[in-house]
Amino acid sequence: MFRLVMPVVIAVIAIGSLFIALLFGTLPISVEQVFDSIFFPVPGIVDDIIWKLRLPRALAAFACGGLLATSGVLLQVLLRNPLADPYILGISGGAALGALTALLFGAGIAVGNLAALAGAAGAIAIVFALSFRAGDWNMHRLLLTGVVLSAGFTALISLLLTLAPQAQLKGMLFWLMGDLSHAGASGFAWLVLAASLLVFTLLAGSLNALALGPLKARALGVAVSGLQAAIYFGAAVATVAAVLLGGSIGFVGLLVPHALRLVGVNDHRWLLPASALAGGSFVTLADTFARAAWAPQQLPVGVFTALLGVPVLLFLLSRKP
Amino acid sequence: MLRIDQLTITAGSRTLCRDLDLVVAPGELWAVLGCNGSGKTTLLHALAGLAPAAAGRVTVVGRPLAGYSRRELGRTLGILLQREDQEFWGTLADYVMLGRYPHARSLFGWSAADEEAMARALAAFDLEPLAAQPYGTLSGGERQRARLAQLWAQDPRLVLLDEPLQHLDLRHQLQTLELVLGAVHSANRAALVVLHDLTFAGRCDRVLMLYGDGRYAAGTAAELLQPGRLEGLYGCRVRAFGSGPDAHFIPVI
Repeated sequence: MFRLVMPVVIAVIAIGSLFIALLFGTLPISVEQVFDSIFFPVPGIVDDIIWKLRLPRALAAFACGGLLATSGVLLQVLLRNPLADPYILGISGGAALGALTALLFGAGIAVGNLAALAGAAGAIAIVFALSFRAGDWNMHRLLLTGVVLSAGFTALISLLLTLAPQAQLKGMLFWLMGDLSHAGASGFAWLVLAASLLVFTLLAGSLNALALGPLKARALGVAVSGLQAAIYFGAAVATVAAVLLGGSIGFVGLLVPHALRLVGVNDHRWLLPASALAGGSFVTLADTFARAAWAPQQLPVGVFTALLGVPVLLFLLSRKP
Repeated sequence: MLRIDQLTITAGSRTLCRDLDLVVAPGELWAVLGCNGSGKTTLLHALAGLAPAAAGRVTVVGRPLAGYSRRELGRTLGILLQREDQEFWGTLADYVMLGRYPHARSLFGWSAADEEAMARALAAFDLEPLAAQPYGTLSGGERQRARLAQLWAQDPRLVLLDEPLQHLDLRHQLQTLELVLGAVHSANRAALVVLHDLTFAGRCDRVLMLYGDGRYAAGTAAELLQPGRLEGLYGCRVRAFGSGPDAHFIPVI
């Protein structure tokens, strides 16, 4: 019963969130107009807003959320730590440092993205090199290396922010809080999302075994070292793709997997696709709110993922089992 | 079934067992005895390829341990760990099912054979009534039976058991003993069992004693399960009641 209802509920929420994202914005558009524009498109202002502005933005938000939630699930299995989220290993810190340095020098979006990519790749390589020693990969060392490196990035970012001239400061702060208003085409992010979901849903049986601990997983026949490396790099690529699109949108990677676990989705065969859909819906709704609530003023989506997420998770945690 | 050549096991700077040579034939049940910290668990981990030995060779069913992929080894050799440090998210049936991991043909979903093996394992350890319960709500003894059932579902030919009787009530100790004896003697498997229970050890065919200082002794249960030998191993006085497989050993207070 539960296993039949849950996928339907999550699919309905996912489609609903995309529809709501098309409905709300600065210009009021009615439900009929949205349906007309989707099924019988007629050139005009409504069509342009829906097809050229709101839909790309909604798709970017959805891909971002899906990637962050997927990455969160993977890192929570890898580190076997419930507090693990996509940013715990310093990937977003490295990306932020790269992007903000580029923004400080007045670079455009393309150069900023390249700098963010370089920063993230640097962070991934440093953490991996410092924590992996031939044949022996200690997850505690990995976690601590990531946390320490993140702290270092945070310090450097604070330094950049204090040195930044007023003109660049707002853009830099929006980047840090997570902001989709400059999100470009999300095709690449969707590709990464589809690939990582495919690979890791096929590996879901191994993830289930790894959740029992690396020693137990090896005793059951899991090639643990290879799996851990695959999870680390898979989660890293997913995080980088999300961060390049929307900056450091916080809380999704932590909240969504835990919320699903708390309502009983634990088997990774279900948890991974469910997290991707729920994470995508969550960021899409939060971003719609960020766009529409104080329109035409645009707010950073990262603020709303936290504002919406905190009460939801607190409610689920305080529920009697 | 299992051949150990010149195996040396260390922990930090201590050499627990030096140059161990041992051949375990199909149909043989071995008891591994020794004091706390004498290297019993470390030996089992080395045999299962979970921790590297300091020196020596381990051959499992005619092939060196290093020649197996992890999954292949999981079909041939199974180990009951003494300790598992993780809560489990699913039901008891989900947990036992993970024993089928090395046999699963597709990485997604289980076959009818897997379901059958799981059901048989649950039945063997009286776990059917608890099958749908969340693993986290089980008692210590029920969890121990769940781990044994998982190993039964895994169905390996060479079985390594690290203190299988811990947390079990009297009836389930006896039941586990009989299941292990049956699996080894009638189904041509082999097993090494780390034990502190000398009554169970008396039912084993052979005994390996680890002294923890590099020395070891291996032989038939009849040869080694003698009060004098046991006093040398455990460092306390031991008295025997009865003889042969029914012998009981009691420490003298």
